[in-house]
Amino acid sequence: MADPIPYRPLAEGSQPPYDLPAYGSTHARHPKAAPLRIPQTLTEVSAPRFAPTWYAPHEDLSTVDGKAALGERIIVAGRVLDENGRPVPDAMVEIWQANAAGRYHHPRDQHDAPLDPNFLGRGRVFTDAEGNYRFTTVKPGAYPWRNHWNAWRPIHIHFGLHGAGFAQRLVTQMYFPGDPLLDLDPIYQGSGDAEARSRLVAAFDLQVTQPEWALGYRFDIVLRGRAATPFENA
Amino acid sequence: MMHATASQTAGPYWHMIDFPEWADLLRADGPNAGAAGERIVLAGRITDGTGAAVSDAMVELWQADPEGRYDAGFHGFGRCATDLQGGFRFTTLKPGAVPGPGNSTQAPHIVISIFARGLMRALVTRAYFAGDVLLAQDPILALVPEARRDTLIARPAGNGEWRLDIRLQGEGETVFLDV
Repeated sequence: MADPIPYRPLAEGSQPPYDLPAYGSTHARHPKAAPLRIPQTLTEVSAPRFAPTWYAPHEDLSTVDGKAALGERIIVAGRVLDENGRPVPDAMVEIWQANAAGRYHHPRDQHDAPLDPNFLGRGRVFTDAEGNYRFTTVKPGAYPWRNHWNAWRPIHIHFGLHGAGFAQRLVTQMYFPGDPLLDLDPIYQGSGDAEARSRLVAAFDLQVTQPEWALGYRFDIVLRGRAATPFENA
Repeated sequence: MMHATASQTAGPYWHMIDFPEWADLLRADGPNAGAAGERIVLAGRITDGTGAAVSDAMVELWQADPEGRYDAGFHGFGRCATDLQGGFRFTTLKPGAVPGPGNSTQAPHIVISIFARGLMRALVTRAYFAGDVLLAQDPILALVPEARRDTLIARPAGNGEWRLDIRLQGEGETVFLDV
């Protein structure tokens, strides 16, 4: 059997380190030894297929039982591409976020901000043949965390993506343009070089915006791409 | 060429996308209902560099079917939240041997990915099965320093259960893989 064509190694500066001193939770959780580089085998280039039959899509986070969540309704749309610029079709995109007041629908979140019975804050969408995805939600609020004195997370939406290969699996966060908290956030600031960080910020997009309904943001996501030809990556 | 979007921590509230039933790959109403093979449990405990339980992790599993195939219909994906003791527990079928680089054969293995608060990127490791005759010739295990190979080998705990504890940092640190 021919060796599978591997995904390229991640580019220098494109990813955060495991050890991020300004983010306290990394202190006892990052491995001391650098992860061991292995050649990609069938295991790493294959991936589970997530058929909507078993993983029901949930594209509208902005209502529960037809009742509207509080906050500013928004549409988030974008394309999932690989590093070679090719669309990634049939990718499963999972989304979770705080409500408009900055509170997660989660028992461990005790921030003194109201829960909203009409906002559960989780969704699931699939990319189409061109890699496009789209969902409707409300703009999340900022919330405090205890990483350092007066620490506040910039407003963000969590994304989890399953592509065509296990090596493409990505969990990330989408931020909003112009958020003054971005400059102060050790997670965002620790996320690779300036270009890598800027890729995490969505763009306001009038094309995505729906008249008389909701502002639109565009957030394109890039997953790892395969090398053009097999090469030794061990 | 474009660069891959940066990974970010899953944070402490990822459970909003937790569906506990996904930890049972053989669930009656799931994609593998009725699949044939050796039923096993893969369980373990995740601890950090201070020995404390990692009680907020999202653990994902990816594996081949009992014949060692990834594309023959078995949905080899599971997800489990760690409990207050850092424990995870999957029910699945024991995977078969999988082709490796060149003409090599990989011993049966299950990939484990860990996402959590404090992990800016996923940690990826493998669970092999103690006593498997193919371990000695596994091309990936051969790359792991001998003294640390045990961190990738699940041990039988009776009744089809296999245990592999995962240490994120420090003494006995699990070997994580850069794939």
